[in-house]
Amino acid sequence: MKKKYMSILLTAALAVGALTGCGANDSKQKDSDTKKADSNNDGEGKVINIYSWNDEFYKRVLAVYPEVKETSKDGSVTTLKDGTEIHWIINPNQDGVYQQKLDEALLNQADAAADDKVDIFLSETDYVYKYTDAEADAAIPLKDLGIDPEKDLADQYSFTKVTASDEYGVQRGSTWQCCPGLLVYRRDIAKKVFGTDDPTEIGEKVKDWNVMEETAKELKAKGYYTFASYADTFRLYGNSIDEPWVKAGDTVIKIDQKIMEWVDNSKKWLDAGYLNKTVKGQWNNDWNQAMGSKSKVFAFLFPAWGIDFTLKPNWDGDNGAWAVTNPPQEYNWGGSYVHACTGTDNPQHVKDIILAVTANKDNLLKISKDYLDYTNTQSGMKEAAKDNKTYASEFLGGQNSFEYFAPVAENIKIAPLSAYDQGCVELIQNSFTDYFQGKVAFDKAKTNFETAIRERYPEITEIQWPK
Amino acid sequence: MKSKRADSLRSVIAHVLLVILSFMCLFFFYILVVNATHSHADLQKGFSALPGGHLIKNFLSVANDGTFPMFRGILNSLIVSGCSAAICTYFSSLTAYGLYAYDFKFKKIAFTFIMAILVMPTQVTAMGFLRLVTNMGMYDSLLPLIIPSIASPSVFYFMYSYLQSSLPLSLVEASRIDGCGEFRTFNKIVLPIMKPAIAVQAIFSFVGSWNNYFVPALIIQSKDKMTVPILIATLRGADYMNFDMGKIYMMIMIAVVPIILVYLLLSKYIIAGITLGGVKE
Amino acid sequence: MKKKRKSISYAKWGYIFILPFFASFFIFSFIPLADTIRYSFFEYYRSGIKEIGPNFVGMENYVSLLESDMLKYAGNTIILWVIGFIPQIVIALLLAAWFVDIRLKIHAKQFFKVVIYLPNLIMASAFAMLFFTLFSTNGPINEILMAIKIIKEPIDFMGSIFGTRSLVGLMNFLMWFGNTTIMLMAAIMGISTDIFEASELDGCNSIQRFFRITLPLIRPILAYTLITSIIGGLQMFDVPQILTNGQGRPDRTSMTLIMFLNSHLKSKNYGMAGALSVYLFIVSGILCFFVYRMTNGNNSDKPGISAKLRKRARRG
Repeated sequence: MKKKYMSILLTAALAVGALTGCGANDSKQKDSDTKKADSNNDGEGKVINIYSWNDEFYKRVLAVYPEVKETSKDGSVTTLKDGTEIHWIINPNQDGVYQQKLDEALLNQADAAADDKVDIFLSETDYVYKYTDAEADAAIPLKDLGIDPEKDLADQYSFTKVTASDEYGVQRGSTWQCCPGLLVYRRDIAKKVFGTDDPTEIGEKVKDWNVMEETAKELKAKGYYTFASYADTFRLYGNSIDEPWVKAGDTVIKIDQKIMEWVDNSKKWLDAGYLNKTVKGQWNNDWNQAMGSKSKVFAFLFPAWGIDFTLKPNWDGDNGAWAVTNPPQEYNWGGSYVHACTGTDNPQHVKDIILAVTANKDNLLKISKDYLDYTNTQSGMKEAAKDNKTYASEFLGGQNSFEYFAPVAENIKIAPLSAYDQGCVELIQNSFTDYFQGKVAFDKAKTNFETAIRERYPEITEIQWPK
Repeated sequence: MKSKRADSLRSVIAHVLLVILSFMCLFFFYILVVNATHSHADLQKGFSALPGGHLIKNFLSVANDGTFPMFRGILNSLIVSGCSAAICTYFSSLTAYGLYAYDFKFKKIAFTFIMAILVMPTQVTAMGFLRLVTNMGMYDSLLPLIIPSIASPSVFYFMYSYLQSSLPLSLVEASRIDGCGEFRTFNKIVLPIMKPAIAVQAIFSFVGSWNNYFVPALIIQSKDKMTVPILIATLRGADYMNFDMGKIYMMIMIAVVPIILVYLLLSKYIIAGITLGGVKE
Repeated sequence: MKKKRKSISYAKWGYIFILPFFASFFIFSFIPLADTIRYSFFEYYRSGIKEIGPNFVGMENYVSLLESDMLKYAGNTIILWVIGFIPQIVIALLLAAWFVDIRLKIHAKQFFKVVIYLPNLIMASAFAMLFFTLFSTNGPINEILMAIKIIKEPIDFMGSIFGTRSLVGLMNFLMWFGNTTIMLMAAIMGISTDIFEASELDGCNSIQRFFRITLPLIRPILAYTLITSIIGGLQMFDVPQILTNGQGRPDRTSMTLIMFLNSHLKSKNYGMAGALSVYLFIVSGILCFFVYRMTNGNNSDKPGISAKLRKRARRG
């Protein structure tokens, strides 16, 4: 009996449930009513429901929110000093369960009992726009919550504020974290190939793509790969697109010239042998091994979390073997955003939590120290860049990586976002993998991307490729 | 004499093939166990065929994590899978017997109908399933994971086929003559005969239910009701700081062990059921 | 014919016995199914967190599916299923026959039985994860092959159509052959030993015995295996999904119908997914009808087949 198949298939079912739709207008109406009712603090509900896909936010709240009194043993309920309870609703990201459950809850938000309403939810850079969309109105503008982004969040990096804003520039979320990326390279390979492992000199050799290509040639001549996989460089191109994948209100996907440059260069680099052909994409076994001491890969492109939690566990040699320097192009990779949910019955608490976790410099520095996040405080990170004592990385042999992160963070110009980013980014990488590997022709890869996009987003009417 | 030599030759071939197949099966299982004995760092570095020293550490980090209800999850899974297997096999046997032993007007239609829904891809109905469950007020409870298994067309079909080959209607009539009620006949005479079939199907439904991820992921919300596969998914979805492949493999291993126990238990039962012999013609 | 007269008075018991099944089916499957079919005629999906539709579009979803690559994915599904099923049924029949053959004196029978079923106990997704690791380009299988000098360069298993399909087939085979063996074994053990004894007296050798007696007698169970395997095959999803990251790589050659359905459900496109489900439903219905007909031959009175066969076998 193939019962197992049948049941597993229910992935399908993950998508379920939308059938219980309530009209969007209807819910807006009710939401504004609730908002009015809650405008006085005494009207605060007893339960704050927080939707997230892991315990990242949970840990940071417990670490820095002063009102926290205690947390139940299983971690599902945190009690605050005034008796209010935070209920942590954590659903795995795998197979889209998190977004599925969140979407369901948001659709039912208007009809839910006060204590069941979503109060705070989190999103990632790749799909933040789905929730900050003005028309969807799922996340409350920070202003309506009593947070003035100009004043209260003045110390945040401006690109994080842009990321969390809708198409009219209204900020609807905030983050404690900011993920500027660097180039992290093997010192031993640098010495062998270039005769030096000094971060400043190596930085010169990788300062832009043209210089980088010359460097790649040198590495190749000595038998080394520059990067592991074509996916490694994607964020750099993807973050510098000039126009969003899809313009607000439009149903046409415009593929940016930058993306095609990534395709062309990746193919060129792969064929030239600058990239390791056996490493297909990221987050797989081959990619992990490319970070080991036996690997011939010179460098990776990582933000702070990548160095500490991806590269470090995969490295089997001594500390100090890797060093960071500037990347060929400023980029940002990752980041979790905190949103106040429309219809919340605890606006005051929600505001306090958002401010405590994302806007308080002392708290943010504490997070940087305890959890190694590159946090969202410009002045704080400038201090960290100079404070070689506190922030010297053991793994990088005493190098203070914040010194290199800070200038990148300041220069990041975040690409214009759309609600389709997650799908577009994922599918373009997937569709062109076959092309890079020589399995299909260029045009076939384009068609495959179009097919995949139409499956994911039925409303897309046209896909335009740059000439 | 000739046939004896042929038999021993066949016996050798049989053993060789069995050893190869067993090796293949055990190999994957072995890898799972080996992986569960490695730390996350070891696993990231690549595969190693030798066990590492992290077995106990991995186990403790899974079991002692206060925010991760492992024991509760195993208990929930046991409840759901146990109940599903029980009611699924019981009611399927009942239905099969109902259609096999009695003549009634809609018998043919009922049979054809079940055969038709047998081929219905399950995910088709899952689309409306959640809405239904929510409307019935059973969202975030274990019931919707158990009750629907009453209607398992494929188990029914298996039971029906088994009845065809193993239950002579004369036996039923004899029991009626002895004055047994219909339910009593079913429970006392028919069920024992069906033991081997029930055992086989019980394993399958238990395993299916135990490994089922998507329906529970759909319906279960609160931590104290999560089943093992959801817990594994939770581990896989852990944030980058807590992401630990060692823990994941350990949890998968923990998920597999109870199933093997149940299987071992029931596999003996199958043999016993058959050798005791329900039917002699 | 005595039976018929008698059973009339028992008819109500028939209804009572099948009631729970039908009630449960009606509530948990039929109502959701009706929803699905209804929405297959609508344009109904989500864009971000906004809902579009439902707007009635008639057969449009069905037509646009026919225009898509659906048939190609159907072909993929059949190929993947065949690669897994043929070795599975052959090996399972062989093993089942061996296990019940006392004269073969299989040692450690219980051990083997337990072992061949093991892969089925592991979650398919976990199993696929292990496979992925093992067969990755720098993985242990390549290392071993290179160490014993069978190959010089690592093989990119999951980069070629042949490699990916074979891996999917191999996994399906490994996961299900034990299951099938046990099922067939239960069927063969259900056959009265008298028949085998009689055949032996008549001088049947093991091959004759297998084809003349065992096979015909377990036909209902074989049909069952075939049908469930076809259904399982049509619904093949998790193994290729995980092995190819949901992409059916390379060039969508291992994309199955359900992976296709899944990508519609991922976009919460209920209309399109509904229509695809209806297609699937029809196709599996037709397939199973044929299989059922085929395996039951010309015997119209079904419940009696095995009894007849049994008698025939006895005589023969």
